[in-house]
Amino acid sequence: MSEWTKHDLLDLQDVSRDEIELILQTAKSFKEVSARDVKKVPALRGKTVVMLFFENSTRTRSSFELAAKRLSADTINIAAGSSSVSKGESVLDTARNIEAMNVDAIIVRHSAGGVPQMLSRHLKASIINAGDGCRSHPTQALLDMFTIKEKLGRIEGLKVAIVGDIRHSRVARSNIKGLTTMGAEVTVCGPATLVPREVVSLGAKINYDIYDVIKKSDVIMPLRIQMERQEQKFLPSLREYAIRFGIDKTKLKEAKKNVIIMHPGPTNRGLELSAEVADGEYSVILDQVTNGVAVRMAILYLLLGTKEKPTEDG
Amino acid sequence: MTNSTIMDQETVQRAVTRIAHEILEKNRGIKDLCIIGIRTRGAVLAERINACIKQIEGNKAPLGILDITLYRDDLTTVDIQPIVRETLIKFDITGKKVVLVDDVLFTGRTIRSALDALIDFGRPSSIQLAVLVDRGHRELPIRADYVGKNIPTSVDQDVKVILKESDKKDDQVIVGERKKK
Repeated sequence: MSEWTKHDLLDLQDVSRDEIELILQTAKSFKEVSARDVKKVPALRGKTVVMLFFENSTRTRSSFELAAKRLSADTINIAAGSSSVSKGESVLDTARNIEAMNVDAIIVRHSAGGVPQMLSRHLKASIINAGDGCRSHPTQALLDMFTIKEKLGRIEGLKVAIVGDIRHSRVARSNIKGLTTMGAEVTVCGPATLVPREVVSLGAKINYDIYDVIKKSDVIMPLRIQMERQEQKFLPSLREYAIRFGIDKTKLKEAKKNVIIMHPGPTNRGLELSAEVADGEYSVILDQVTNGVAVRMAILYLLLGTKEKPTEDG
Repeated sequence: MTNSTIMDQETVQRAVTRIAHEILEKNRGIKDLCIIGIRTRGAVLAERINACIKQIEGNKAPLGILDITLYRDDLTTVDIQPIVRETLIKFDITGKKVVLVDDVLFTGRTIRSALDALIDFGRPSSIQLAVLVDRGHRELPIRADYVGKNIPTSVDQDVKVILKESDKKDDQVIVGERKKK
C-alpha cells in the first residue's frame, strides 16, 4: 500500500492506481464511522475547512460538510451569490482572504475549468476540487468507484457505460479517467451531438447503440441532461431523448442480471432515467450518496495530514 | 547489542491460555463479557484468547476489532497520515465488561486512544486490559489487569511481537536495539 503525499486533489489525471486504492481502502474504514451512534472521530480536531462554492450544489456541499464535521474539523460555507464575489472581487482575492484566516483546506466549485489548479498554485491550504466547469469532479468519480467496488467486488475488468450528456459532464471525464486507471473498460453512449471525440483520448470507447451498450455492461451510469449548460440546441426534443436514450425497464430487459444503475444526481426523472428504474432493484443511487461522505472523509483525512506545500507565491 | 528472543511459540501460547483463565476467574464466566482487540496484533491475540475461553467454557464471548488511528494524539505531528483500517464492533458494549487486548504495553498512549474510541461506542460497565508483554516506561496513568510477561527494558530498546496469523512466521517476542532514525 502506498503512502499519501499529495497536498491537493485537483484532478484524477495525476492520481495513480495505488493512490486510488488507498483512498478507497481508507473510505471503507470511514464508512463504519458514519454507521455509529456517535458519528464523530477526533482525527481532524482543530482543522478548518472552507467550502467555497461559486456554483449551486446540495449533495456535494452537504456531503463535504458532514465529512469534515464527522472528523471534528470546523467548517464554514461561502456561496458566491452572498459573498463579496458579487461585489466584484476576483476568485483569487476571495480565496487569499479566506486563507488569511488560517484555514487548512478549501473545497472549491466553479463554473470555469482550471480554477482549483490556479488556486493551488497560489495558496498553501489544501485545495479540493468539488467540480470545475465541464472538466473534472474527482470526488464524485472516487465515490462512484467505491460504490462499484462495494457492490460488484472489483473494478478491474468491468464494463462501465456512461450514457447521455457526455459533452458537458465533468463527472463523465473524471470517471473515464479514474475507471480506466483502475482497469475497467468504459464505453460512452448518447446522441452524437453530446458525445465529443475527445473522450477517446481519455481512454473511453464510443458506441451509439444503446441496446448493445446495455446488453454488455456491468454498470450503467445515465447522466443528467444539463439544461443550464445547453447554450445551443444539442437535442431536437427532450421527449425524443427520453425515448431513445432514457434508461427504462424495457431497455433493461436485455441487461445483465447483476447490473447496477448509478447516477451522480440530481436526476431528471422520466428523462435520462425512468422513475421505476431509479427506485428499482438495480439502482444504487442512494448508496452512492451514503458512500460520498465516507470517500470525502478519507480524502480530507489524507490531504490534511501531509506537510506544507511550496507555492509560487513562496 | 543483539536481538534476543524472550518468548517463543510455546510460551506465547501458555501466556494466552493463562490470561484466558484469569479473565474467566475474575469475571466469573463469560456473562456480559466481550473481548476487543486493538489492530493488528491485539486483534490476533483477542481471537486466541477467545478460542481458549471457548475450550474452557464451551462458549465464546462477542469479539470485536478496534482501530485506534483516528484517536491518536500525534496525528497533527506525523509527516504522513497513518493508514486507517476498519473498526469492527458488531454488538452494543453498553453495560458490558470489556476486555481490551493489545500486544505490547509501553507508554500507554495507544490504550488512552482505545479508551476514547470505546467510549464513543457506548458505556461499558467496566474496561479491563490484557497485554502479552508489559515493557514498562508508562507516560500515562494506565496499568494492565492481565499480563502475559513483564519484560524490563530500556527506552532505547524495541520489543517486537511476531504472531503467526499476522506475520506468517512462528510466534516470537524479540527484544532488540531500536533502529536509529
